Order: sequence, then structure tokens, then C-alpha cells
Amino acid sequence: MTHTASPDAIVVGAGIVGAACAAALAGEGMRVLVLEAGIAGGGTTAAGMGHLVVMDDSPAQLALTAWSVRLWREMAPFLPPPAEWDPCGTLWVAEDAAQMAAVHAKAALYRSAGIRSEVLDAAALAAAEPRLRPGLAGALLVPDDAVLYPPGAALHLVRAAREAGGAIEVREGARVDAIEAGAVSSGGERLAAAVIVNAAGAAAPRLTPDLPVVPRKGHLVITDRAPGFCRHQLVELGYLTSAHASTGDSVAFNVQPRRTGQVLIGSSRELAGWDAAVNRGIVRRMLRRAAGFMPGLGALSAIRVWTGFRPATADSLPLIGPWERTPGCWIAAGHEGLGITTAPATARLLADLIAGRTPAIDPAPFAPSRARAA
Amino acid sequence: MTAIIVDGRSIPAEPGTTVAAALLNAGIWSFRTSVSGEPRGPLCGMGICHECRVTIDGVAHRRGCLEPVADQMVVVTNA
Amino acid sequence: MPDAAGPVADVAVIGAGPAGLAAACLAAERGASVVMLDEAAEPGGQIWRHRPGDDVPVLARRWLARVERSGAARLAGATVVDVDSSGNAGTPFRLLAERGGRVVTMGARCLVVATGARERWIPFPGWTLPGVVGIGGAQALLKSGAATAIAGRRVVIAGSGPLLLPVAASLVAAGARILEIAEQAPLPAVLAFAAGLWREPSTLLQALRYQLRLLRPRSSFGTWPVRADGTSHLQSVTLGDGRSTRMVACDLLCTGFGLVPNIELAALLGCELDRGTVRVGDLQETTVAGVFCAGEPTGVGGVDLSLAEGEIAGVAAATLAGAEGGTAGDGARQALHATARADREVAVAMGRRWRLRARARRMDRAFAPRPELRTLATPGTIVCRCEDVRLDALQPGWSPRQAKLYARAGMGPCQGRVCGPALELLFGWAPGTVRPPLAPARVSTLLAAEAPASPAAGAS
Repeated sequence: MTHTASPDAIVVGAGIVGAACAAALAGEGMRVLVLEAGIAGGGTTAAGMGHLVVMDDSPAQLALTAWSVRLWREMAPFLPPPAEWDPCGTLWVAEDAAQMAAVHAKAALYRSAGIRSEVLDAAALAAAEPRLRPGLAGALLVPDDAVLYPPGAALHLVRAAREAGGAIEVREGARVDAIEAGAVSSGGERLAAAVIVNAAGAAAPRLTPDLPVVPRKGHLVITDRAPGFCRHQLVELGYLTSAHASTGDSVAFNVQPRRTGQVLIGSSRELAGWDAAVNRGIVRRMLRRAAGFMPGLGALSAIRVWTGFRPATADSLPLIGPWERTPGCWIAAGHEGLGITTAPATARLLADLIAGRTPAIDPAPFAPSRARAA
Repeated sequence: MTAIIVDGRSIPAEPGTTVAAALLNAGIWSFRTSVSGEPRGPLCGMGICHECRVTIDGVAHRRGCLEPVADQMVVVTNA
Repeated sequence: MPDAAGPVADVAVIGAGPAGLAAACLAAERGASVVMLDEAAEPGGQIWRHRPGDDVPVLARRWLARVERSGAARLAGATVVDVDSSGNAGTPFRLLAERGGRVVTMGARCLVVATGARERWIPFPGWTLPGVVGIGGAQALLKSGAATAIAGRRVVIAGSGPLLLPVAASLVAAGARILEIAEQAPLPAVLAFAAGLWREPSTLLQALRYQLRLLRPRSSFGTWPVRADGTSHLQSVTLGDGRSTRMVACDLLCTGFGLVPNIELAALLGCELDRGTVRVGDLQETTVAGVFCAGEPTGVGGVDLSLAEGEIAGVAAATLAGAEGGTAGDGARQALHATARADREVAVAMGRRWRLRARARRMDRAFAPRPELRTLATPGTIVCRCEDVRLDALQPGWSPRQAKLYARAGMGPCQGRVCGPALELLFGWAPGTVRPPLAPARVSTLLAAEAPASPAAGAS
């Protein structure tokens, strides 16, 4: 392809964030070269559960996730079957009265942000998800949340942009060794472009030293097909605020129905460097937590356990914007567990900033130069 | 001779045989419906291929070739 | 709930085929506490599979009786789903197994991996039809009680390897009509291998020759299955030899193209592999301290080789488990070699092993799959049976991980054990990383297992 001989932009990483950014930049008329060290959607993206979920731990997080879920829903009719789009909605499950109060507060917040939600009492929750244990207090149903299969969605983003006339080349197995002003070096080759986007997921800080991102290991378990076992993505209400708030190892109840009929069980977070081996202790804790909410999970057949690294930041917000120390270098990284959800909005925000437009949401909270994190 | 209940029908089964053998002896060769809707039956006979998966006493995805029959065991095929 | 503490064995043997039986036997005879875990209800592995009261070959009877006397404990019907090798020096290994719907955990100082082999299938149109079974698969089903189902069937056996004839013989004995035996290897290659075999003492060839003279099925060499047809059940198979094809109406097709070592457990433990087999030293020791491997996982070689390797591994594991001050480290290694080599039975087994490995290599060459077999699958042929992935969903330039991630090949409950070797043959794709569980396990099994009883573990 001739256009990549002199690309306008080089995107490092063909995960879902890199793919979305490449598609957005191609939409701006730029010739885009995507360099992927492994395979497209096979790194941080493959470690994701694939939830598209509005989160509200901070106003900025709410703004970014709400916008991005909206963008996903606009794309939904065009997503191919391998993307496994499932508009199952999220149920934020409350265990007791105190959490129920939080459910009401969350509902009010969502209402003010224009996001549909519905408070379910204990009986309504039991009817919605009969396999949850009895005695739960209720839940907040967010019907516009969805799940998808991240690698399939990442491939689609690139393909769709190309079909729309965008000039994108994706080179897999092309490891970038360094990013400098206006160029990257990859396998001894120096490739120049006015715009360089570091979207290398958990590997991003290797290319942009001092980037405040650390790899946080997660485990996932998937079962054999059990159609109808659950109907919504189920998350314990304290998912981020309590369960994953600590800097140590943590587990939280997060279960998804997959389009295949399988049940995907998460989640865990662990600071363990780059050791990808399955940590049996964490898997046990994670499954115990899940079975505590859904005892029937115990009877399902688990066919696979895998691990991956999510790029974590100290304030749980991604880094989206210019990296001033390296002129021409832009960052789209540090999404931790929300990269799948926020990929489209990340890409829009970044494209707006690169094009010099005012973005739809305030970019300041995502500025990579904000206070040192992690 | 014992009997197992397969899809609501009682079939004889010799003690010591596996569920897979009992089903085959009763003329049942299709044990499960594949992801794309094809009938499937045992391939390896030794627990490797999982093609002989049936629901046994309410537990889905049991390998028929490894499970010995038990009297009045309830087996559901093509679940 | 499992027994949290669980027993601790000097030697845990995984697999109760010839290699596992021999290992368990010799380890127990040398004073080690031994537990043998196996998925089947009765010991013997695939080759000596039987039900209580069945007739078994003399050699099998001898070993089954000997293991009974040896004091080795046996956990039948146990599927090992995980082995954690991060334990302490006293109990380096912890096994997690499912047995009759219950969870079993146990510790071990040494392991003997004797996980046997499975058949290799090569996808061709129609190979997913009910009525198309493995060659060893047919044998296994027959031995697990499916005689009524086999009786009166019109059978074609089409594949490769030394299993074709013995399986044909046992199907005939069960009342099947063998219409044809098609071996893909060319006749000269098979003859050259068979000529070498007459010098071997403990083979079934005598009996086979006799049986086959009686039944006289049509035998063809350089012939392979091109396609199978039927609506909901097999109705015919088309055989071809590269020049012409012919259709044979039948209702049972037994197919398989040699054996693939079951190396997954060894791989999970971190043992070094060498072209799809587990790398072992003179004493069947793997590259992981305390882990020995015997039989087909070290390279497919049949009963006699499995027995020889199992005997050596059993003595070595018992020796190492009894070593003072732990099973790891140079001291233990030196003691192992000094003691095990002095063992008379080990010396004898080593002599046999050398000769039998040479035979195994000749067998590999004789029955090597011919290149035409790589082109049997058409674009619409399902290659991954768990996820119904068609050949045309895969791109030859992909890695196995791409096939998995983008097309779901190998994502199902067999964990790639069927499609993996097929895709390796078709595309040269090497198998990927092995992670627990080794086989689909109930969520309740995985969450119930206790952490190793080590102060250093300190988790949860």
C-alpha cells in the first residue's frame, strides 16, 4: 500500500482503543498506519470482559462512559456477528439497605445525566434474575448498557473505517521500540508521521517513559454454554468503590451472559508485574465471590481461565491527549477496565483534540499531564 | 439389568457399561446438537472430544463415555 | 466440600494405562506411598480397557494383579483438572480432581505423568456425522459395553496405524461386518515396518494374522476417506487413492490417523517439550524437578515401550520421593541417579526401552500421514467440532491464537485437543499455552480447592 509509505498518523497498538483511534483519524482524512506488536485485539483488549457500561465514580468518568456507550449503540446495527453485540443491560446489585440507598442515589444521578435506569426492589430483582441468591435488597437496571466480544469488535472498527474509504494499514507483529517526536522506531526501521498515538494498552509506559500507567492483572473464567442462565450483565454495586478500590489484590462479582450462551465470570485485579500465570488463589476468591451472589454458578462447567493486564491509572481515568514532552505524540491509554466501553469516545475526543476542535466533553480530566498517578 | 431414563424413555442398560454405550445399544447415535444445529455422537470414546455430552441427572455437559450407568439415571440428549 | 488437608502421597501417578500401572507398581514395591488417578472406572488405559469380569490379555492380567499386590492406591473415575506446582518443599505438588461429582484434592512429593495418547483426526467432509467414530474410539466404546450397537453393523475402517487390524478383529468378534480396511500409508512402507516386527516378541501379530485370515476383509493401502455422507447418520463413505474414488455404503466408519501424545498436564507443569512430546532424561525425568513422564507423552511407542518407561519412572520417582531434604536440588538429583541406576529392573527396562524406541521411530515413518490428507477438508468442512468452525473461517497465515480469538477454533470444551493436531497438520500451527483447568471442571470444583498448605502461600 502506497499510502503508508508516508502516513499522516501512526497508531501504536491495534487493540480496541488503537483501532477506534485509527478509524477516527482515518475519518479525518488522515492516512493511518497501525503498528501492532502482537495480533489485533490480542493484548489488553483480549483481557477485557467486553462490557459497555456507564460508570459514575467521578463526573469525568460518567461523561466519558455515557458518551461512549451512546456511540456504541449508534454503531450497534452495523456490528457483525463476531462482535457478539448483546444489549443485555446492566444490573447493579445491592446487598443491603445501605447499598439500596446508593442505588437510589445512582438512579438520580443517571436521571440528571439523561441515562435511562430503573430501580428494582428485591422481588423485581429476583424476577429479573432468578438465579441470584435470595435476600438481596434490589438493583439498578441500566437497560442501555451492553456487552460485546472485544477482539471481534476491534477488527470490525478497522474494517468499517476502511470500507468507509479510510486509509488504514494494520501491521501485526510490528513491535515499536521507541516513540520520539514525529517518528517511531520499529524493528530497526524509523517510521515518520506528524501524529503518533500511543495506544499500546498496558505496554504504553514502555514506549512513553514516565507515563503514569501500571499493568494490573486480571483473571476471567468462561463456562460452557448454559443459555438463559442469566439475562443481564450483573455487577455488585460496590464494584469499583469498594471491591476494586484497594491497591492490593481484589475481586468483585461481575457476571455476563455471552451471545454464545456461555457465562463469563469476573473479575479480579492484582498488581503482579507482568507474570501472566494463573493465580489459583485469586481465581478461587473470584469464583467464591461470584457464587456467593449466584450459587447456581457452581454447577456450571468452566472450560477456560485466562489472564491479562489492564493499564491502570491512580484516578481510574484514562490518559487521552497530547504528551507535551514528545511533540507530535498523543496518548490514548490507561483505560484499565473501561477500554472497551470508552474506546469510541476516546477516539472522538482524541480526534477532536488533534484537529483542534472543541470536544464534546471537557478533556481536562483526561489530560496525560495531570498529576502523577498510580 | 438396570434401566436408565433417556429423554423420558426407559432403556435397559447392563451394569458396568457407560452411558454412551447404553445409548448406542438403544440405537441412539445423536447425543447432542452442535452449535450450528448438527447432530453429533461419540467420536473418541475416551473423554477427549466431548462430543458425547449429555445432561445426566440434571447436570449438563457430562461426558457419556466416562459416566457409568446407574439404575434410574436420568439422561437428556440434545439439550 | 473437599477434604481440605487431603492425603499426601510420595508419588502420584496420573493415568492407569500400561505406563501408569508399571510406574505405580514399581514405585509402591520400593516402599513409596503411591496414588494412581485415572478417568476410567477400571485400570488398564485405552489399550487394556475392560469392564469387571472381562477377559484381558495375559500381559494386562499380570500387571493388573501385580499393581493390586503392590499396595498402590487407585482413584478410579477421577479427572485431574489442575496440578499446582507452587507448593512447599514437603509437598511440592497439589492435585485437584473431580470424581463422581465430588472434589478430590491431594498432595504429592513426586509426579509420574502417564497421560497416554489420543487419536489424531483429519477433517474431511462428513466426518462430524453420527456413525463416524475414532478407530480407538470404536474399540473404547465396544469395551465399555456397546457390543449390541456394534453387532450387525456394516463397518469401514479408514485411517492409519497399527490399530486398524486389532480393532477390526475385535469389531468382527462383536458381530460387525467389516466391509473394508483402508490404510492411507502405501503398502511397501507398511510391509517394511511389519517385516521388522516379526523379530519382536510380545506383539499380538500372531493372533491377528490368524483372525484376519478368517475374516478376509477387503484391505487396501494408499487409500483414504475422501468424504462421508448421510443426513442424520452416516450412510456411506467415499474412499480414494488419488486416482479414483468409490463409494461404500456403511453405517459405521472408524477413522483416525495415528496417535497424539497427551502432553497437556506436563505442559501445565512447565515441562519442556520437544516436537509435541515431553522431553525426558534417562530416568524418565522431565525438566521439572520431581516430575517424571512415561509412555505415549514422551513419544508414541505402544504397550511394551510404555511399560519399560513406566518401570523406570516408578523406580526413579520412588527414589526421589524418598530422598532426604526435598526432591529439588543437585543433591537429590545425584542421589536419584546413583540409586535408580543401581536398580536391576531399571537396567533391564533401559535395555528394552532403547530397542522399542527404535521401533517406534520406524512406525512413525511407516504411517506418516501423506500430503493428500491435508487437502481433504473443503471450505465448508467443520474443523473445530466444539464451535463448528469451518475451514473457510480460518486464514492460513494466522497463528493458532488468531484462529482462536477471531474464529473461535479451539475455544470449546475439548480445549483444542481434537482440532489442534488437525490444524497443526493443515497449517503447521503449534499448540498454545496450557492453563488450568486441564479439562472442563465445575465452577464449584475450582472455587473449592484449597491453597497449598504452605506458610509462604498466605493468600486469602
